[in-house]
Amino acid sequence: MKRQIPLIIAFICGIGMIIQFFIPHPVSQKTYEEVLHWQIIVGIFMMIIAVRSLCVVHIDKIRRKKEGWGYSFITLFAIAFTAFVGIAFGMGEESLISDLYQYIMVPMQSTMFSLLAFYMASAAYRAFKARTAQATLLLVVALVVMFGRVPVGERLVPWLPRVIEWILMYPNMAAQRGILLGVGLGMIATSLKIILGIERGYLGGG
Amino acid sequence: MNIWEKMMDIDRRWIYLLVGICVLIPLIRPVGLPTFTTPYTQALFDYIDKIPPDGSAILISFDFDPATAPELLPMAQAILRHCFFKDINVLCLGLYPTYIGMIDMALSNVKDDYEAKSGEDFVFLPYVPGVTAVMLSIGEDIKRTFGRDYYGVPLDSLPMMRHIRNYDDIALVLSISGTQLPREWAVLVGTTYHVRVGVGTTAVSAAEFYTFLQTGQFVGMLGGLKGAAEYENLIHAKGYTKKDTRKVASMGMDAQSFVHMLMIVLIVIGNIAYFNIRKKKAR
Repeated sequence: MKRQIPLIIAFICGIGMIIQFFIPHPVSQKTYEEVLHWQIIVGIFMMIIAVRSLCVVHIDKIRRKKEGWGYSFITLFAIAFTAFVGIAFGMGEESLISDLYQYIMVPMQSTMFSLLAFYMASAAYRAFKARTAQATLLLVVALVVMFGRVPVGERLVPWLPRVIEWILMYPNMAAQRGILLGVGLGMIATSLKIILGIERGYLGGG
Repeated sequence: MNIWEKMMDIDRRWIYLLVGICVLIPLIRPVGLPTFTTPYTQALFDYIDKIPPDGSAILISFDFDPATAPELLPMAQAILRHCFFKDINVLCLGLYPTYIGMIDMALSNVKDDYEAKSGEDFVFLPYVPGVTAVMLSIGEDIKRTFGRDYYGVPLDSLPMMRHIRNYDDIALVLSISGTQLPREWAVLVGTTYHVRVGVGTTAVSAAEFYTFLQTGQFVGMLGGLKGAAEYENLIHAKGYTKKDTRKVASMGMDAQSFVHMLMIVLIVIGNIAYFNIRKKKAR
């Protein structure tokens, strides 16, 4: 029963929502609105479970003194402190939580992301080589796009932006559309497998 | 070991130093190189420019966090400036908790220049979990989905919200993001509720969205820092900005130009070295 009930709920909800989509009746519309609100409420409980799960993992790491347990301590402290600041001092402009975001979170995330530029430059120098015909094609297109997407390139070769637009609008779009169609068909297949109970990974337990 | 082998064996810290110099110098001494305006930036600008004042609103979904802020925050700010100057009502939305802070930053940087007031010129919507459920729920009733604004004021009491109920009262949904969320906006919201969708995205993600531009599912697109700089130039040329407004994206474009040129030089040198070493080994 523990596995069958979720499968039945998934089947009824899946089929129900497909049928609802094709019925433009007020009752059907009202049902749809209610389901959306349920989904938001379920989302709130998911956050509670996520925080609990994070705490369990890190408390266990600290208890067992696993490698890097100090970082787990910082993580737990940061969760507790941020929650305390938000609840005790409130949200909004010029609030303490806003300062925490602006002066701690923003610089940290920006720094992490900015480091990519350094790694990419070093990696491109060492690994971006014209080893095969395909790699050469990729290399040439990458150089043309990089050069034409900045003002220096636009200034030196005025027709280059149009060439880049063509590359993005035709060869790139053809490839992207193929990928999108594949992803779309895959999503339909996976959804049907979940609704029909063939795909059961979401039930957990391996 | 010949010169090419030595070059391939160069300490990576020299490359880091070169990148650092190429970023810093143009930021300290901006060059101000002009940027070619792409048709999709122009299309988005024209669409927003034609929205009547105090009529339908624009919903800007700030779908980004501090990691991509250097590219996307100038974009959001340029669009906010355009809207506030033209008295277009703006709804600001963040679908994840870390995105909310970006709205706060963008509004703080822009609103005072135009004396824009919360509840009259813009509404800052709070975080509600659910992502796609929230996107679809707005199509039914915004007030029921959020209840209050970010500052805790009931949406019912805000003058701007008197004539805004759902997507029928929204002229454009603009997703500014480095993720797949603009695609969700186009497919789920644009198709279901027949609302026009625009996108502002990172340069890396821009290539993915051309297919939606060609089908007309996006009215326009701002691609990366270049798109933000183009938009800044467009609003500046029309006189929608204050005299002392810093063109943040345009300044960033100078740095990006120098780094791109450095990358091209590095790749070319790397390849010359590679072929020379290969030739030597073949002998």
